[in-house]
Order: sequence, then C-alpha cells, then structure tokens
Amino acid sequence: MQLHVSTGDGVPIYLQIAHQVKYLVASGRLAPGDEIPPIRVLAHQLLVNPNTVARAYLELEREGVVHKRHGSGTYISDTGSPLARKERLKILLERVDALLAEARHLHVEPLELLRFIKERSVAIQPKENK
Amino acid sequence: MNTSAAPHAVEITGLSRKFGSKLALNQVSLQVKRGRIFGLVGANGAGKTTLIKHVLGRLKPESGSVRVFGFDPVTDPVAVLGRIGYLSENRDLPAWMRVDELLRYTRAFYPKWDTAYAEDLRRQFGLDPRAKIKTLSRGENAKAGLLIALAYRPELLLLDEPSSGLDPVVRRDILEAIIRTVADEGRTVLFSSHLLEEVERVADDLAMMFNGQVVLAGALDDVKDNHHRLVFRFDSPQSSAPKVQGVLSITGADQEWTAICNGKREEAVTSAARACGRLVAEDSPSLDEIFVAWAGAKTE
Repeated sequence: MQLHVSTGDGVPIYLQIAHQVKYLVASGRLAPGDEIPPIRVLAHQLLVNPNTVARAYLELEREGVVHKRHGSGTYISDTGSPLARKERLKILLERVDALLAEARHLHVEPLELLRFIKERSVAIQPKENK
Repeated sequence: MNTSAAPHAVEITGLSRKFGSKLALNQVSLQVKRGRIFGLVGANGAGKTTLIKHVLGRLKPESGSVRVFGFDPVTDPVAVLGRIGYLSENRDLPAWMRVDELLRYTRAFYPKWDTAYAEDLRRQFGLDPRAKIKTLSRGENAKAGLLIALAYRPELLLLDEPSSGLDPVVRRDILEAIIRTVADEGRTVLFSSHLLEEVERVADDLAMMFNGQVVLAGALDDVKDNHHRLVFRFDSPQSSAPKVQGVLSITGADQEWTAICNGKREEAVTSAARACGRLVAEDSPSLDEIFVAWAGAKTE
C-alpha cells in the first residue's frame, strides 16, 4: 500500500491517510479482504506518529471501510461503505463544486468536463472484476 | 536506581530565567506526558535551548521548578541524567576518538547500555567503527550522537534541534529513531525544532515558544482542530487590514483577506460581517501558518 503524506496544505495527516485508503479501495487497488499494514509498520513507512495512523484506522473502521479481526490485523471490508447515500454525495459535492470552479477558470465547458470524467472513469476502472 | 511514580516525564512550573537584562524564559509551564512525543517549537532565540538546559540540570531555575520523572535535575543529577538520552544541537563529541572508542567510552557510564542494539544502530547508520570522529561528515556526526543517546534505551529521549543543518537522508534516520523510541517501547521523546513540518509529522503534543514564553500548548490534533483559516471578501477594497475581532492575524489586499483564528470562528465571522465582509472559503491552516499567526499576534 503506497501512501503519501504532505504537511504543507493544512489537511490533518490522519485524514490524508484515511482519504488515500478510501481512494485505493474505490479504484480497486485495495480489494475486500486485503490486509492493510499494521499501525507501527505504516508509521515507520510514512514517518509519522503511530497515534496518527491509529486515528486514521479508527476513522476508517467507524465508516465501515475496514474492520479489525481479533488477534490479527486490519482488513478491507467487503460490504462497501455503509454511509448513507446522501452522506456520500455530500462528500462529493464539495469536490464537484471545486472542480467546476476550476474548470470555469480554465475555460472548460461543463459538457467537456463531463466527457473527461467519463474517460477517466474508464481509465481507472479495476482491470479485473473481483 | 529507584523507579519513579511521577505521572509526567517532565513537569515545568512557572520557570523564569534572565540573562543580563534579557528575560530568556518567562513563567514557562509545561508537562511532557509519558509515552508521547512532545515537540517544542519556536524561532531561534525563543528560549528552547535554555529550557532544555534546565531539564538537564545545567541551569538552575531562578524561579519556578523543573522535575524530570519527579526528580530535581539540579539536586539529583544521577537519577535524571541516567534516564535521559540527549543529543545537543552542537553534538559536541570528542573529535580525537574513533567511533568504536566513542561507543566503549560511553558504554562505561551506563549500566543499561545495550551492546547489540548499539551495533545494530552503527550498521544501520553506516558508521565505520575505525573512523575518527573529526573526519565524520556533519550527518555522520549527528548519527553518532544519536547512536550514543539511544543505545542505553533511555526513558526520555531529549533532542535539541536534531535536524538542524542536516540533509533529508539523515533527517529521516532521526525521525525514524524518534518514532521507534515511542512506538516500540513506550518511552518518551522531547524534541525542539524550528522545522514545523517534522513536528506536524511526529508530535503528539507541542508547545510554541515566543520570546521566552509559551504562547500555545496542547495536543497537536486539538491545535489543528481549533485553528481555522477564513477567507473573507469585502464589499469594497480595504486600504489597510480590516479590523476583525477574534482573529490572530489577517493578511491580504483589496477585497480579499485571509484570517487565522483560534477557536473564535463565530466571533470572527460576525465581526467581519459588520465590516461588510463575507466568508467565502474556509479550511485548516498548516502548523507553519498557525505559528506565523501567533508570532505576529505576539509582536503587535
């Protein structure tokens, strides 16, 4: 699992970790049942405080993205995110607004943007369906 | 050595210190909890090193008190220094010794010295046992200093500006050592730094010092949660910084101004509204921005 944290832009590190794990799940690079690294291992790899990684995992567990198994590790859940659809859309709303604003600034029409989104959606689709 | 029941690794209460007429420490109080990584941040001359010298018992408090695991570093140096692994900013190692001599020499002072661990670290840090200290590069010198601070597994690892002037590879070794000290063995780390990027990565708790005072202290998560960056757009261009209540700093030009506030978000938004400014964006500032905002607020 390759993650990257940066400290310049103010986003708390635990959120960066949680977001990136969600992204890896959404793009199929982490599949249900996959184990994610133990807290200490990831803390060493990213050079961040182990408590920060623990907080990210707790967040992911609360959202149902991962679950712990007794005496072993932390695994990607297979039920997908149990967040209400409305909640999930709310998360996307902010990003869509930002994207639209950026597009307008760059003189890209919404229709062109939509086509671009579709293209990317195909491009990042998991190669094999599990 | 008797074990200590003190709840905190370091407890400083109302510590003040003058150098001539300059107040180097002004009523400093802070607690370093056991098993956590504590980052002490501040510009050069803010008082970080003076504070650390009090923890080591090299300076005697003029007023206030310092306790390390419940012991007074001035009257009980054996109890305190036997528990601290210290890396100074200057890393004053004996230049004429070889690396293996330095290890043997230091080992003699510490009954708990772990020879196997020291050897592991030496190999991991790529230090040639037969190299003279004076021929080591700056980075190797720092690693040798770190090695002897770690090898007796001190209860408190105390690092004064450990990364200062080092390349990223060595800085990485130092951060790893900090994380491992806490993660694997539940010991405590106190380190000072002006590299806020590092503090944000590894610290559980932090204190910001400015002109000898602690201006902000707390858990890093709380500090991050409580500070907001608010972008206001005013109806008309402002020729000077608009007066907004409850903010630490405000910068910008014309109609758009960015404020950093600590907790008082509602107050700031209401106050800006009275000056015909509306909130157009909001997010979390980086630790760097928080620090600059506090430094600015204290200078005014």
